[in-house]
Amino acid sequence: MNNYVGKSVARKDAKEKVSGLAEYAVDIDYIPNLLSGKFLTSPIAHARIVSIDTTEAEKIPGVVAIVTGKDWPVKIGLYAGDRDILAVEKVVWIGQPVVALAAESEIIAEKALSLIKVEYQSLEPIFDPKKAMESKDILVHEKMVEYNHSPAFNPIPGTNIANHFKLRKGDIEDGFNKADEIFENEFSMPQVSHAYLEPIVSIGHYRKDGSIEVWSSAQSPFTVRYLLGITFATPTSNITVHSPFLGGGFGGKAGLNFEPLAVLLSRKARNRPVKLMLTREENFRSAPIRVGMVASIKTGVTKQGKITAQQIKYIWDSGACADYAVNVGRAAGYVSIGPYDIENIKSDSYTVYTNKPYATAFRGFGHLELHWVIERQNEIITKKLGIDPVAFRKLNTLKPGTGITGNQHRLREDAGSIDECLDKVWIDLSPKKDKIKSFDPWIFRGIGIAGFMKGPAQPPNSASSAYVKFNEDGSALVSVGTSEMGQGTLTSLAQIAADELGLPFEKIKIRGDRDTDRDAYTWQTVGSRSLFMDGNAVKNACINAKEQIFETVSQVLRVPKSDLTIKNELVFPRGEPWKHLSLSEVVMGYMYPSGESIGGPVIGHGTYMAKMTILDANTGAGNPAIFETFGAQGVEIELNALTGEITILKLVSAFDIGKVINPQLCEGQVIGGSVMALSIATSEKLQYSDKGDLLNPSFVDYIISRSGDIPKEFITHFVENPQEDGPHGARGIGELTMIGVPAALGNAISDAIGVEIFDLPITSEKIWSEIQKQKPTLISNLKQKMMEGI
Amino acid sequence: MIKEGTRPTKTLSVILNGQKRVTEIQSNETLLDVLRNKFQIKSVKAACWVGDCGICTVLLDEKPVKSCLVLAQETMNCTITTVEGITHNDKLTELQDAFIRHGAVQCGYCTGAFLILGHYIINQQQRFTFSEIQEMINGIICRCTGYLQIIESILEVNEKQFR
Ligand code: FES
Ligand code: FES
Repeated sequence: MNNYVGKSVARKDAKEKVSGLAEYAVDIDYIPNLLSGKFLTSPIAHARIVSIDTTEAEKIPGVVAIVTGKDWPVKIGLYAGDRDILAVEKVVWIGQPVVALAAESEIIAEKALSLIKVEYQSLEPIFDPKKAMESKDILVHEKMVEYNHSPAFNPIPGTNIANHFKLRKGDIEDGFNKADEIFENEFSMPQVSHAYLEPIVSIGHYRKDGSIEVWSSAQSPFTVRYLLGITFATPTSNITVHSPFLGGGFGGKAGLNFEPLAVLLSRKARNRPVKLMLTREENFRSAPIRVGMVASIKTGVTKQGKITAQQIKYIWDSGACADYAVNVGRAAGYVSIGPYDIENIKSDSYTVYTNKPYATAFRGFGHLELHWVIERQNEIITKKLGIDPVAFRKLNTLKPGTGITGNQHRLREDAGSIDECLDKVWIDLSPKKDKIKSFDPWIFRGIGIAGFMKGPAQPPNSASSAYVKFNEDGSALVSVGTSEMGQGTLTSLAQIAADELGLPFEKIKIRGDRDTDRDAYTWQTVGSRSLFMDGNAVKNACINAKEQIFETVSQVLRVPKSDLTIKNELVFPRGEPWKHLSLSEVVMGYMYPSGESIGGPVIGHGTYMAKMTILDANTGAGNPAIFETFGAQGVEIELNALTGEITILKLVSAFDIGKVINPQLCEGQVIGGSVMALSIATSEKLQYSDKGDLLNPSFVDYIISRSGDIPKEFITHFVENPQEDGPHGARGIGELTMIGVPAALGNAISDAIGVEIFDLPITSEKIWSEIQKQKPTLISNLKQKMMEGI
Repeated sequence: MIKEGTRPTKTLSVILNGQKRVTEIQSNETLLDVLRNKFQIKSVKAACWVGDCGICTVLLDEKPVKSCLVLAQETMNCTITTVEGITHNDKLTELQDAFIRHGAVQCGYCTGAFLILGHYIINQQQRFTFSEIQEMINGIICRCTGYLQIIESILEVNEKQFR
């Protein structure tokens, strides 16, 4: 029976957060003997390091340790070891840490840094991902061939290509021959910043006994621990990673980031702990960002609207390191044609190095970008063919029981329905199709829709675990490895546990901070995987705990275990609640009136293993994900043709998430995610000088949405086609909430005024200048009308 | 973290969350640093340190300020209010309660700033519209929630005052 699943119970951490008690890594200052860490970064995008002179800095009283790349020249990274802790031989982007030091105070650290002299010998840099892909003489990583790579990736030595993923099916030429029309276009999206509000903070403590303790704003403490073990050649059991509440992550705090540097500083600082806390500018310049993308697409379609061939090339601008972004290219590669069933496919997805800040995971993980391409292309096609946009899509969409990786691997028949999502969104938008005539002739209204899908991009052996530990009074602690960065998964997991154990929600405790020694293991908190993976693990842990409870109770009550059930904290044979024992009588062991006791403290454990395969290197075929969540989003806009300004009147979303565990949390994800996506779609872009220097490393110059920028209305639908192997049938949602927004917006602009946008972000200036280019007479006509006073 | 102790220090005395508090400060220290590092007021967060994000908002003599832009020495004998000052034991204010009920909290990093500004808005004893509140909180960034539930929480408590 579900008392809590499906209900909007308040977040477990809400009280802590509204009363200012929630602790973040930035707040930790109570570790004894804590030093301040700071690093000096490269001012040149590509150069050989000739010499580093730290003599003057060493003389400053209060400077405890100075480290350079040569102190620990180990390459680090998640899927590819391509990143120096501190630059060793050469620097590869402006902002790359080169020298770091630990001092008694931040002020001393800053002063000492200013005295360090580094001599560089400039090398030719490369910034344009298309050029980088072709280049054989300017290489960001000449030694790529020596790096460690996870076997799922395919780097091309002697180039800047860190990974090439291929999706192949049918015969592409044959597909184009069958087409009545062929559409060719190019699309792009720039690198953007996560702009999580809590900057990156890592505290490292390398103890005298060689054990390592880390406190970090890390989304994936277990992965940090594992990779630290490799970095410092020490057993994982020697390392403890704490990650307190995160002030936002969105993928930017996944993988391994500044933890090795903090540990290295501590090691050199005679084992005193060191805190590295990035300023906003450092965070923009030195911490990882989102990949940029350029794509070219060629689509063959019949007159009736059936897609016969899809040929795509994606180039992912990963910046100077691709240890995580190789997987962005891979994930976007196997979903590269979007949620469609197409006979003939030739798709290439390249992750490419350039001399810019390095990229990592970011909510949507290549899928926001690829659906910008696919769904804009589809709009252009439907317009030309004169077919209804939803009818066109539904003619081509994957149906339940059809497959992914180009329909080369069948999805489960209960995988969910994109068609239902498209319909739900379209109904809310299309009554407006007969556009309300605006009073002003220069105001245009339009609607746009985009469909999409995404599943968690994780290795096939990605695992989760959980344990449930009972207390004397029958209350319980649930432990998982998933981090709390705002998404609220922990609350949903507690709801699942409460229902499974028959406990009131208040009697389930789930901590918001993670500790790798204390908590159950999970691979990473990424990819909208946690509810599904950890949710199943929690459920299994509860079942295991119940087994233990029933074992004891069946002896006491002399009934078979299989007859027993728990409800309202009472254990009893089904149908006979009066024959009960209370949980508190059993969970620490049961004592008979004679004093003889049986059972013992109950700790239930559970695991969940991803069910996936490695993909075929030549065709991409295989099972890449434990689920795909399908969705659709649409917007209705008002566009001022004289200024290029847009107002979002309505944002409609629908997702088939199988089961809504907590409606309010889901809705919070949708609103937050779609506003973030609108922000990215309309204003966000990391801009560089021709030397590769980031020009907008602040919240004044890098513009993210404020409260005044949000849509006037949000409408959200959850479709619930349960996936039987999900917890209560649920699939993930966190990232999905962003994916359709940019394309829907581009499509609405096209609908409103007939102007096609190919490159993000869609700023007012861009719209205005595209109107000038594509509709040169429109504005003068409007101005004329204005003069005539119509 | 220890700050350099060579500069001349001054004694700062303020009324922090209703209590008189005294500490030694340096002339260049910001109110933000003094609150977080000297008074251990950790609900006040920072995301930019230069006045761009609003996350460090506190009430200074009942008016909202960005504490990273205020020199601590300028706050001598002033009244300062932070989230710690509006919460007592288990009792939440109506606004805190509204934030929870509306789901206005995700990562929580901005929550203190919005609560303090919301507290100020409600204390105006004036009825505001949705778009006025939207405008009034435009100076604080939230990267998680999309703002809607924050606006709705403040609006609800504000409206209750006039029922
Ligand atoms: S920290 Fe003060 S405005 Fe950003
Ligand atoms: S809740 Fe995360 S920044 Fe607002």
